[in-house]
Amino acid sequence: MKVRYFAWVRERVGKAEEDIDPPSGITTVGDFVAWLAGRGEGYAYAFENPNVVRSAIDKRHVRPDARIAGAREIAFFPPMTGG
Amino acid sequence: MSVTIRLQRKPFDTADEVAALTHGRTDIGAVVTFIGICRADENGEPIAALNLEHYPEMAEAEIGRHVEAARQRWPLLGVTVIHRYGRIAPGESIVLVVTASSHREAAFASAEFLMDYLKTRAPFWKQVEKASKAGDKSWVEAKSRDNSAAERWDSR
Repeated sequence: MKVRYFAWVRERVGKAEEDIDPPSGITTVGDFVAWLAGRGEGYAYAFENPNVVRSAIDKRHVRPDARIAGAREIAFFPPMTGG
Repeated sequence: MSVTIRLQRKPFDTADEVAALTHGRTDIGAVVTFIGICRADENGEPIAALNLEHYPEMAEAEIGRHVEAARQRWPLLGVTVIHRYGRIAPGESIVLVVTASSHREAAFASAEFLMDYLKTRAPFWKQVEKASKAGDKSWVEAKSRDNSAAERWDSR
């Protein structure tokens, strides 16, 4: 599964994208975020307040309870500030 | 309905976009344009520029979904949305929304609807380059009033 990071989430993680196969038992976006936060200092910093970070699966906004099974691409980013 | 959605680095020409949307048509009675412009200050501090980061594939899809939602709410004849990314200096345009309909009510309302959703749902992030210290950058924080502006459409 391709994982992409944007804006300050990208800066804190230290990369724009990577391929990750989440371990079994990780079924929702929220589970995945908690697991990612345990991967290292940058990840912990990026996801220190998981309620702030937004997520998208296959280019659609999703909530933390969304299931990740079958996702090709999952993205994490701050609240949007376009327009 | 003619729909144009473009994400681009270069500036846009509003008059050209309106002309492209209305050319050869006699059913359009109202066109509303909204242009978002980069100010020279953010939270009272002078800025040198904005840097806009985006998630290209999702931005296009997300804007498309909101244009479709607008089309279902109002009798629209055309919509153009252009959103720039990259470095944008104060005074330069950032975003253009053009809506066309037979009458003004739909054109005004849908332009506002699209902008409210663009601000909170389209995956763009503004980073400020401060004017005071060279190279000093900070991410613009989302404003709760923008969320309220988008949410008010949910109850209408």
